[in-house]
Amino acid sequence: MPAIWVNGPVMPDSRRPIRLEPRPAARAAANGREAGRRRGWLRMRKYWQVIGIGVQNHLTYRFNFLARTLFDFIPLTALLLLWRTIYAGKGADATVATFTLAQMTTYYLVVAVVDVLTAVNDDDWQIAADIKDGNISQFLLKPIDYLWFRLCLFLAGRAVYLTVAALPIAAVILLLHQYFILPASFGGFLLFLLSVALTALLQFFLSYTMAMLAFWLMEISTFVFILYALEYIASGHMFPLDILPDPVRFGLMNLTPFPYQLYLPVAIYLEKISGRELVTGLLMQAAWVLVSYLLARLAWRRGIKKYAAAGG
Amino acid sequence: MDARQCSVGNRGRRYLVIYAALLKNSVIREMMFKGNFLLWIVVEVAWFAMQLGFISVLYLHTEAIGTWTKWQVVLLIGASHFIQQMYQTFFLVNCLNLSELVRSGKLDFLLMLPVNTRFLLSLRQLDLGGLVNAAFAVAVMVYAAGKLELALTWSRLLVFLGLCGLGVGIHYCLMFTLATVSFWTVRAQGIVHGYYNLFNIARMPDEAFARGSVFRSVFTFVLPVLLISNVPVRLLTERLTPASVWLLAGMTLICALGSEWVWRLSVRRYTSASS
Repeated sequence: MPAIWVNGPVMPDSRRPIRLEPRPAARAAANGREAGRRRGWLRMRKYWQVIGIGVQNHLTYRFNFLARTLFDFIPLTALLLLWRTIYAGKGADATVATFTLAQMTTYYLVVAVVDVLTAVNDDDWQIAADIKDGNISQFLLKPIDYLWFRLCLFLAGRAVYLTVAALPIAAVILLLHQYFILPASFGGFLLFLLSVALTALLQFFLSYTMAMLAFWLMEISTFVFILYALEYIASGHMFPLDILPDPVRFGLMNLTPFPYQLYLPVAIYLEKISGRELVTGLLMQAAWVLVSYLLARLAWRRGIKKYAAAGG
Repeated sequence: MDARQCSVGNRGRRYLVIYAALLKNSVIREMMFKGNFLLWIVVEVAWFAMQLGFISVLYLHTEAIGTWTKWQVVLLIGASHFIQQMYQTFFLVNCLNLSELVRSGKLDFLLMLPVNTRFLLSLRQLDLGGLVNAAFAVAVMVYAAGKLELALTWSRLLVFLGLCGLGVGIHYCLMFTLATVSFWTVRAQGIVHGYYNLFNIARMPDEAFARGSVFRSVFTFVLPVLLISNVPVRLLTERLTPASVWLLAGMTLICALGSEWVWRLSVRRYTSASS
């Protein structure tokens, strides 16, 4: 259990009156606006504090992160070698569903990068544990929103994970540089980054919503693992969705959030999606972010009504 | 000599009685949470289905991986799932629990009991869901065998089962060795998590990796997971070289001896916690 749960996170109290310098009456109105901005800034500041705490907390686990990153290279290498064998069997400059060997290799490497930036690590388990152990009671009293609080911790975790994983991943990319395709245009790369940001939010909100099941169930891990299995294949983790039969791909893209949890940014990076398809893709992704956010809020509100604060 | 044989027989019988008691406890424990028991089976089925889905999508775009055809790979995935589930039934939970026992100092109680500690540690708890999932794996294997029109004989099936048994042994020895790392550091969970990646390798057809490449050599001669399901499936599909059977058996023996050595080394380091 992270230490912050034991003592409760240290937060600046935003309700504390702000001491402002004495000022001429004539400028009061302008200063009122200024004070409003200051208050808004203070409200933000407590979340900055959370991020700081989150970074410190996650740093204790840096060796776990490193171990996980290194272990994850084993199946990644296996998949890359498997594809290489398949391409070798098809003859030189063969393509699989428009993917050349270099594109296929790049696909998996970019997946690894996006994964580092956006994957939910322990957050869902921690949220579920908070609910079960009654730790969320303190958030019902404090002027801090649990969802934003968890989002800050999630982002902090990603930042730490990135610093730990950056070196090994960069090494692998350098090692495979002749198979690694750089982004074709700067604009495309910016769109990729935008999509990655949306992916992170979507990942987080969906996991948060799943974790809300802990209000109703003793054990949520089975449900989480079943969802993981679905995500693993339908989000493009195992293979680019382009190699699926068209109706299946079409159904996934239009009816489920899974492709927007990983596939979309990588496809944008490789320019497998462009023009109108790209715009609709990003809009769909944004829509799923919104839907998952609303679901998360709704589940929390329902859950709180049921909440019995066991041990809290 | 008579007396010694007698004592070996007695000891064997005593361990069987102990195992029966452990088995009974496990059944009772599982039946306390029936819903959960069933849901964990669904989880495993979902992951198994995902693996099969991956292969069927892959074979939409290729005829073969090396010389492995689609149904041969399905058979391979079935066999690897079977071996993994058998391993899971008997050993996995116990390997996962080891670090917690060390951390909390509860290992004291097990060390004091007049039974071989490693026996108790390794077999204390059975995961009966694994048997159900192993049955699913068998169903997939039977289907794939039908598609491949394999010529099966009882003796071949028996040898196949024996080879699978060796595979279970390798999984157990490797993971038990990894779990004993918890005697050195309390943060062993990450390492145990890492073992799941080795299950992934065990599912791969060996020819996906070039012969003599670093990857293939490491996972054949150092962490021999590539042998675990490839050798038994090669037996069924009649593409087996006798050398690889010896290799599998030899590697199992090395893993067993290695893990026993590490275990003895580790348990010497055990300083009980909080007592």
